[in-house]
Amino acid sequence: MTDTVHAVTDPVRTRGLRYAFGDHVAVDGLDLALHPGEVFGLLGPNGAGKTTTIRVITTLLPAPPGTVTVAGLDVARHRRQVRRLLGYVPQQLSADGSLTGRENVALFARLFDLPRRDRAGAVDGVLDAMGLTEAADRTASTYSGGMVRRLELAQALVSAPQVLVLDEPTVGLDPVARSGVWDRIHEVRRETGMTVLVTTHAMEEAELHCDRVALLHRGTKRAEGTPAELTAALGRVGGVPATLDDVFRHHTGDTLAQAAGEGSMRDVRTARRTARRVG
Amino acid sequence: MSVLPAAPPAASAERLSPVGEVALLVRRMGAMCLVELQKLRHDRTELVTRTIQPALWLIVFGTTFSRIHAIPTGSTPYLDFLAPGILAQSALFIAIFYGIQVIWERDAGVLAKLLVTPTPRTALVTSKAFAAGIRALVQALVVVVIALLLGVGITLNPAKWVAAAAVVVLGSAFFCCLSITLAGVVLSRDRLMGIGQAITMPLFFASNALYPVEVMPTWLQWINHVNPLSYEVDALRGLLVGTPARLGLDAVVLVVAAVVMISVASALLPRLARG
Repeated sequence: MTDTVHAVTDPVRTRGLRYAFGDHVAVDGLDLALHPGEVFGLLGPNGAGKTTTIRVITTLLPAPPGTVTVAGLDVARHRRQVRRLLGYVPQQLSADGSLTGRENVALFARLFDLPRRDRAGAVDGVLDAMGLTEAADRTASTYSGGMVRRLELAQALVSAPQVLVLDEPTVGLDPVARSGVWDRIHEVRRETGMTVLVTTHAMEEAELHCDRVALLHRGTKRAEGTPAELTAALGRVGGVPATLDDVFRHHTGDTLAQAAGEGSMRDVRTARRTARRVG
Repeated sequence: MSVLPAAPPAASAERLSPVGEVALLVRRMGAMCLVELQKLRHDRTELVTRTIQPALWLIVFGTTFSRIHAIPTGSTPYLDFLAPGILAQSALFIAIFYGIQVIWERDAGVLAKLLVTPTPRTALVTSKAFAAGIRALVQALVVVVIALLLGVGITLNPAKWVAAAAVVVLGSAFFCCLSITLAGVVLSRDRLMGIGQAITMPLFFASNALYPVEVMPTWLQWINHVNPLSYEVDALRGLLVGTPARLGLDAVVLVVAAVVMISVASALLPRLARG
C-alpha cells in the first residue's frame, strides 16, 4: 500500500535501476525514493554512478521501462512530459557566453513554451531571485564562475520545475561562490517547495545542505539517510564524532580520496574541462 | 525574495496532434533563429572576417577571369555568373562547421540542457539547421552588396530575393545537418575540423559555382549531379541573375536533401550527446 502511494507521489523514484556501458555496469540495482520538497544528495567519488543516475532520470540516457518515475510518470514512456517537470543544471558551466544573462534565460523560457505574456515577468523574476538583475544585460562571458552557475539556476528555474536536478553544482567554485549558490538553492526551495536532487563528492557540503543522502560506490547504494542519522549510527571515530567521510569509509572500505582515484578517464576529462572553463 | 514562477506549466501530452507538432517545431525554430541573431548582434567580428574570402573571390578572381574570358559563360558576364556561386560558397562555409559548434555545446553541457527541454530531437536539429540558414542569410546579404558594388546585374525583384533567401536557407540546412551527422560519427572537434576542411573545397570545386557544367570532365559532371551545392547555385543563378535554371528540380532536390539529412542528424544526436 505504502509503496503504491509513493510510486505515484514521490517526485523521483528508481526501482532496481541498472545501467551498463557495454561490459561496464555503471549503476547496479539502485532503489531511490525522493520526498517532496527535500534536498536529496547523491554522494560518491568519480565513477560511483551519480552522473549516470542523473542522466537516466533526466532522459539523457534511455531508462529501462518501469525502473524510473518522475512525479509518477514512467521516464521510459513519458519522456517529453517528464522533461517539462525537470530543471537541469549540468556539471559544466554551460551558459552561452555570447548571449546576455537575460537572453540565456529567455531562450529556456521559450523552449519550455512559457506564454508570451508571462515570459518577460518570469525571466525577470528568476534573474532577480538569483541576484543577477544588474548583470542581466551583460554577456555571460563577463560573469564570474559563481554568477554563471546562478545564471544556470535561473535557466533551470524559469519553467518552475517540480524537480531541480543539479550535477555537481559547486565544482570548481571558490568558497564564497559555493555558499552563494547554496543560499539561492535553499531560498528557491523555501519559496516554491520544489524537490532538489543534487550530486556531489564534497561530503562536508552534503552534510551541511542535504536533508537526506545516498552514498554510492561502484554503482551500488551503500547507505541512505539523513547526514545526522548516518553519522550518529557510526558514533565516534578516533575519539571524535564521525563525519560523512567516515561513514563512506565504513560502508565501502575506502576513503573518498582513494575511491576518487578510481574515477574513469571520462570523469577526469569532464573535471578538467570544467576547471578550464571556470579558469 | 523576488517573484519566482509559482507553478509549473500544465504537463502536455506526450504526443501532440500533427498540427501541434508543426507549431512546436516552428516555435523552436523561432527560438533558435532568434538566438543566432542575438549572437550576431553582440559580436559582428565573424561577419566581418567571413566577408574577406568572398570579397577576394569576387574582386580578385572574378574581375581577373572576367578580363581574360577563360571560362565560357555565353552572354552572361563572368562576374554575374560567379556571384551566385560565391554566395552559395559563403553559406556552405558557415554551415559546414556547425557540427563543431554542436560538439562544443556537448562538451560545455549546453546540448544536455537543450535535450532536457520538451523539444523533440528532430525539432532541435531542424532548429539548428535553420539557425545556420539565418546566419548564412546575413552573410549572403553582405555578398550581394559587394556584388552590386562590382556592377553585377542582380535582379531587384523582391519576390526573387525571397525565393533566393529560401534557397540559401535550405542549402545551409542541408550542409549544417551534414556537419552534425559527421559530428555524430567522429565525436571530436579536431577530427571534424579536419573532415570539414577536407570536404568543403571538393564540394565547391565539384559544383557549378566557378564554371559551367559543360566544361567539366565527364567524371566531374557526375559528381556535380549528386552535389546539392550545384542545385543551390543553379537556383540562385536563375533567381538573381536570370540565367536559365531548373528551379523546380533545384527546389525538390534541396528540400529532399535537407529533410533526409535532418532525419539522419536527428538519429545521431543522442550518440553525439553521449559521446
